[in-house]
Amino acid sequence: MLTINNLHARVEDTPILKGLNLQIGPGEVHAIMGPNGSGKSTLASVLAGREDYEVTAGSVDFDGIDLLDLGASERAREGLFLAFQYPVEIPGVSNLNFMKAAVNAKREHQGLEPIAAKDFLAMVKEKAALVELDGRLRDRSVNEGFSGGEKKRNEIFQMAMLEPKLAILDETDSGLDIDALRIVSEGVNAMRDAGRSFLVITHYQRLLDHIVPDFVHVLSEGQIVKSGPKELALELEAKGYDWIKEPVA
Amino acid sequence: MPTEHAAAERVFHSNKPRENHGEHNTMAYDGEDKILEEVTGKAYEFGFTTDIDSDKAPAGLNEDIIRLISAKKNEPEWLLEWRLKAFETWQAMVEPEWPHLQYTKPDFQAISYYAAPKQKKELASLDEVDPELRKTMAKLGISLEEQKRLSGVAVDFVMDSVSVATSFKDKLAELGIIFCSMSEAVKEHPELVKKYLGSVVPVRDNFYAALNSAVFTDGSFCYIPKGVKCPMELSTYFRINESGTGQFERTLVIADESSYVSYLEGCTAPQRDENQLHAAVVELIALDDAEIKYSTVQNWYPGDEEGKGGVFNFVTKRGMCHTRAKISWTQVETGSAVTWKYPSCVLKGDDSVGEFYSVAVTNNHQQADTGTKMIHLGKRTRSTIISKGISAGKSQNSYRGLVQIMPNADHARNFSQCDSLLMTDRCGAHTFPYIETKNPTAQVEHEATTSKIGEDQIFYCLQRGIDEEQAISLIVNGYAKEVLNKLPMEFAVEAQKLLAISLEGSVG
Repeated sequence: MLTINNLHARVEDTPILKGLNLQIGPGEVHAIMGPNGSGKSTLASVLAGREDYEVTAGSVDFDGIDLLDLGASERAREGLFLAFQYPVEIPGVSNLNFMKAAVNAKREHQGLEPIAAKDFLAMVKEKAALVELDGRLRDRSVNEGFSGGEKKRNEIFQMAMLEPKLAILDETDSGLDIDALRIVSEGVNAMRDAGRSFLVITHYQRLLDHIVPDFVHVLSEGQIVKSGPKELALELEAKGYDWIKEPVA
Repeated sequence: MPTEHAAAERVFHSNKPRENHGEHNTMAYDGEDKILEEVTGKAYEFGFTTDIDSDKAPAGLNEDIIRLISAKKNEPEWLLEWRLKAFETWQAMVEPEWPHLQYTKPDFQAISYYAAPKQKKELASLDEVDPELRKTMAKLGISLEEQKRLSGVAVDFVMDSVSVATSFKDKLAELGIIFCSMSEAVKEHPELVKKYLGSVVPVRDNFYAALNSAVFTDGSFCYIPKGVKCPMELSTYFRINESGTGQFERTLVIADESSYVSYLEGCTAPQRDENQLHAAVVELIALDDAEIKYSTVQNWYPGDEEGKGGVFNFVTKRGMCHTRAKISWTQVETGSAVTWKYPSCVLKGDDSVGEFYSVAVTNNHQQADTGTKMIHLGKRTRSTIISKGISAGKSQNSYRGLVQIMPNADHARNFSQCDSLLMTDRCGAHTFPYIETKNPTAQVEHEATTSKIGEDQIFYCLQRGIDEEQAISLIVNGYAKEVLNKLPMEFAVEAQKLLAISLEGSVG
């Protein structure tokens, strides 16, 4: 599904990713952990196509497509979704209109007609139930006046609406209380599917109790320095990041 | 990198008399009857001679030119006298310098003040129309027939809009509604014109109003009889004897007691014009219990990307509200190189209501100094001001508003909200609110915010598969929603597209 090969990226003059390699198969859930400043969020931004980041070397293959060749909106329409760490507010734009624009952009890309209003509303109802997003939140402006937990639930709702091939969750657990964490995780788990992969970026093992990964990777100074099964997360939790010093061979 | 939403908020609760001497002009209500006393009954001195075709007055402005304009238009003597008086007044005035605008002042002696209505050159097909113009019209969703009409392509007589216009006129006549050009009104309804012309915007109100009064060539006139609710949106779009917009337009709308009218002015299609200076005057009169809703979409040519060649739009718009009357101004301003415009309400009658909803977009080198004046004279008068400025490119966008509560206006209330949205780091947004209350029972509130359109917001949209153009359109229309919602439906849809088009590629 996703093959990252020797990826180097920088912001202005500061190199952040320094030869990152990662391979995610269809239906797999990979977690990326690592200390602050290791490049986790940069990886999410680079994959999503944020312009502030410059890729200086390497390649990313997304289901047979050269991902780095596409603009951010094309990547999204090809099925890449990023659940933001800090979802922005868009005052005056209703959540539903926003989603309709997004769903139709994807459908147009696939050569389909815009979705019929009835089908759209049925879809909204079904997907909103996954994350217990009530009507009040669906009708309001995008993220405006939402609590931290509501914003994250809205991200997962949007993910469910867009049915991506690859979903990147960028510190989706940050700022969530226990209940919200459970709701968000259940939403994600309900979306797990043989054809859909996840890249879960997190600081804490806690999230991985709910969203159980197939693989865990440790990112340090712009490289994956250790990879392992889900138990690696527990080990990291117990020992901290300092015990991993040398990159894997 | 993330751009933080910068917000500033100010609230003024003014319960005690408060003076704020701004640069504002004095108001209209002082000498409304003086003009009437001066005019004579000597009408139609020149009779109904045939119109003199295709000639143009020499450049320059003097009494002879004004006499020429009046004669060409077969005007009655009282109107000529009125024009001459206005000219005399204008000569003693100086062009205002208080707006936050920079431009080369027009050379008033270099302008020709009268040209006989020109036949627009008819084009054989749409293929002859400027492709840029067609592209924009297509984006606005203007139908092919309408595109033809707007760009002067010869059309069939059986075409839809002609038959629509005809049945439209019949329907209005049945109800006793008068809707015609100002020239026609001067001839057919002189008593109404005489009574109300200059009654809300007196000749001496300001420099451009005085100039307009002296030299106006045409415009629209509308009268709604007592108790009549005009069943359709009246639009200059549909005016029958449309002969192209004049440089100095004069509009007069009179809603008699308990009547209602919604009036649309302008057009979303881009309008190019060889005249650089436009100085229109619009007067609205809402008699007891009447309501006037006046909506404008203005999209004059703003000049090229360097700001060269754009239209200067110096407009005076004002409405007079009598007892329990209501006047609501809604404007979407996207065009012109320089805009100077303050649609205002004089809340003369007790319990009258004034509203002002505005979206003003400036891009490239455009400059806009716009806002409103709400003059509270009557008791329990209420006003609402919602202004949304959007600045892009290197443009400058200013809100200037005056809320004035006069001594008799017990329990008057005002709420003002002025928001500014910045699209780039090189543009400017400015707010000049003036509040003057002379009555301790008044309640005045003012809120203002400034924010920059977030790259974060745009990226968020992109990440959901929405392209940049649509993303900007969503964000900007969301921001301006409160105002766009006030526009009549079909106008609102076009205005939304217009905002997006005006701001294409403007984030930076």
